[in-house]
Amino acid sequence: MTTSRRTFLGMVGGGALAAGLAACGSSGPSSTPGSTTGAAAGSGTTYWFLTGQPQQAIREAQVKRFNDANPNTKIKTTEFQNDAFKAKIKTAIGAGQGPTLIWGWGGGGLKAYVEAGQVEDLTDWFNGQTDLKNSIFPSAFTAATVNGKLYAVPGETVTPIVLFYDKRSFEKIGAQPPQSWGDIMDLVPKFNEKGIAPFSLGGQSRWTNMMWLEFLFDRIGGSEVFQNIYDGKKDGWSDPSALKALDEMQKLIKANGFIKGFSSITADSNADQALLYTGKAAMMLHGAWTYGNMKSSGKDFVTGGHLGYMNFPPVDGGKGDPSDTVGNPGQYMSISSKASSGDKDTAKKFIANNTLDDATVDAWVKSGNIPVVKSAKDKLSSITDKNDSEWLNFVYDTAANAKNFAQSWDQALSPTQAETLLDNIAKLFQLSISPQQFADNMNAVIGQ
Amino acid sequence: MTVTAPPVVPATGRNVSSGAGGSSVGRSGPVAWMVLPALVLFVVFGVVPLVGVVVLSFTQWDGLGPIHANGLANWRTVLSDPQTWHSVLVTFEIMILSWAVQTPMSLLLGTFLAGRQRYRAFLAVLYFIPLLLSSAAIAITYKALLDPNFGLGAGLHIDFLTQDWLGKSNLAIAVVIFIVSWQFIPFHSLIYQGGVRQIPTTMYEAASIDGAGRIRQFFSITVPQLKYTIITSSTLMVVGSLTFFDLIFVLTAGGPGDATRVLALDMYKRGFMSNQMGPASVIASIIVLLGLALALLLRRLGGSTTASQQEGA
Repeated sequence: MTTSRRTFLGMVGGGALAAGLAACGSSGPSSTPGSTTGAAAGSGTTYWFLTGQPQQAIREAQVKRFNDANPNTKIKTTEFQNDAFKAKIKTAIGAGQGPTLIWGWGGGGLKAYVEAGQVEDLTDWFNGQTDLKNSIFPSAFTAATVNGKLYAVPGETVTPIVLFYDKRSFEKIGAQPPQSWGDIMDLVPKFNEKGIAPFSLGGQSRWTNMMWLEFLFDRIGGSEVFQNIYDGKKDGWSDPSALKALDEMQKLIKANGFIKGFSSITADSNADQALLYTGKAAMMLHGAWTYGNMKSSGKDFVTGGHLGYMNFPPVDGGKGDPSDTVGNPGQYMSISSKASSGDKDTAKKFIANNTLDDATVDAWVKSGNIPVVKSAKDKLSSITDKNDSEWLNFVYDTAANAKNFAQSWDQALSPTQAETLLDNIAKLFQLSISPQQFADNMNAVIGQ
Repeated sequence: MTVTAPPVVPATGRNVSSGAGGSSVGRSGPVAWMVLPALVLFVVFGVVPLVGVVVLSFTQWDGLGPIHANGLANWRTVLSDPQTWHSVLVTFEIMILSWAVQTPMSLLLGTFLAGRQRYRAFLAVLYFIPLLLSSAAIAITYKALLDPNFGLGAGLHIDFLTQDWLGKSNLAIAVVIFIVSWQFIPFHSLIYQGGVRQIPTTMYEAASIDGAGRIRQFFSITVPQLKYTIITSSTLMVVGSLTFFDLIFVLTAGGPGDATRVLALDMYKRGFMSNQMGPASVIASIIVLLGLALALLLRRLGGSTTASQQEGA
């Protein structure tokens, strides 16, 4: 027993080292899981995309149609869950093992690929695709353009952030949906008195809180406030309108505007939606993509006509255009610059013929989504379900009539800025930093 | 922590004979090559990535483009960033508090389970269950149970349980410590159980004759005899808590705000969310250094003498 202790502790020390190494090894360049699985570059045209219905089935059908029509240049697909995809595609592209077709959200993430020379400049080719070009919403191109050049083609759906509300809760307190920010602040104590939380919020996800700031910045200071930040203008975050928006935000939090415990609720579990459709909260600011789940999980909430929705109301005295909206103007497909020219041609052909073809547009509309093409409007008349039809028309109008459709901040900014932003937003909502501290922290990383 | 522990424990038993027999010198030849497979694995998966991380900590890399050397810039940024020190503080807070909760509990449970009665063996099996579950599964379960709106408290209408458990800084840290303890007390109880069973019964018999009661026996015989077991178990706890990641990542994602953002989480966020591999590598290096320093410190506490426990008592 005597020497064993020493050997034992020696090995424990070794174990500690191994544990430390196991933890840090994952940040080293040697961990490139993308190199072993999936269809990697150089083995024909490849396409990675996200799982999750109804989107997954629509993407699979697109590839199937392409492969049936082009048996000699088939596209190989690999499917990933959202978070796994985000981590894996970055590592894979960095290691030169990425897919031919790079699916993404455009904006800051795309810019990082462009700066690393990983994606193909599609400007000239796409200018030749007049029909496709003219069919897509013009607002969808901003997030695909870097330094005046097009590096991605918009596809899939347009999903603005909207203010959802439960009509039953408003009946209970005998009030009307808010027409302004002042109305919102007035409604807060009325709902709290009745034991209903004014707003549902999945605060642990952080980007959920961010949607509030996106609207407040826009409604108070207009779209140029964030544009300045995006352009890397010095001290862009301490614009007076920005500080006022941050201050208003904290006023709402202090007035108990959000459900108790919001900072431990995640959006991934859809608990925030559940709070709305179970009547525990009266309103919720969330993406248009939540409609489908509220319809399927919320019993008669949607089918019984209890769900109401509107664009975010104006702030009294604010400079922003009340038609402005924020969200995802589309999803994007880029082509890897490392792919062979044959694979690039196949990828271009797929984008041109199969991503926004008639069958795809039909499928998107049937699933309760508005595809990024103008022709979506014509399809809406064929929807028979009254609730779905009203909803889709609302989403279409919100997106099409928006004077400015801003991209979600965490997608628009560089990954470095986005992470700092989300961190500081979480602290702002915890009331652990003041608006001025928030602005100072964010100004420090502006343009990075 | 659970991963590194099992191979360590049986190794002790094997080495007992080599020390006691005193013939280890003569056997060093054939023994040396037996180390080889482990050594190769350790170099490939341990030393090489470690060197890689240290090299990366002196570079600027976003994970996508080319890698540029930038000297000490990352170290300067990270060491002057209050976030780093906050993470160090949180890491130590969780480390020390979870040690303070786990050690007495495991010591008492281990002593209790060292008894030979049947029902104790049965209880030991029950107590062992939390260790069999994966951290991610435990985190998801607790997250659901603690949900202020749909969790246990709201479901059973127990007001005390309807707290914003993961939404308030102090509560969130307390919850993390509770879950960590719940998960690892069984493991440490097992170590103590083994330790207690090693104590010769003659010592207790002698103490009984001298009139020492149970409590006196516990503090005067059991605890001093377990000195080295305590150090072993503490080392595992302390060093293991440096690498807590999965549980906290799933449970709170470092929140609320950055209240539970431990070093391992800070490293992940810098590297894979902010695309800053250089600073992330600095944090990784700091974790390795801290782990080594703590392990060595605890070894020191054990004393360097080879005197047996029984002589010391």
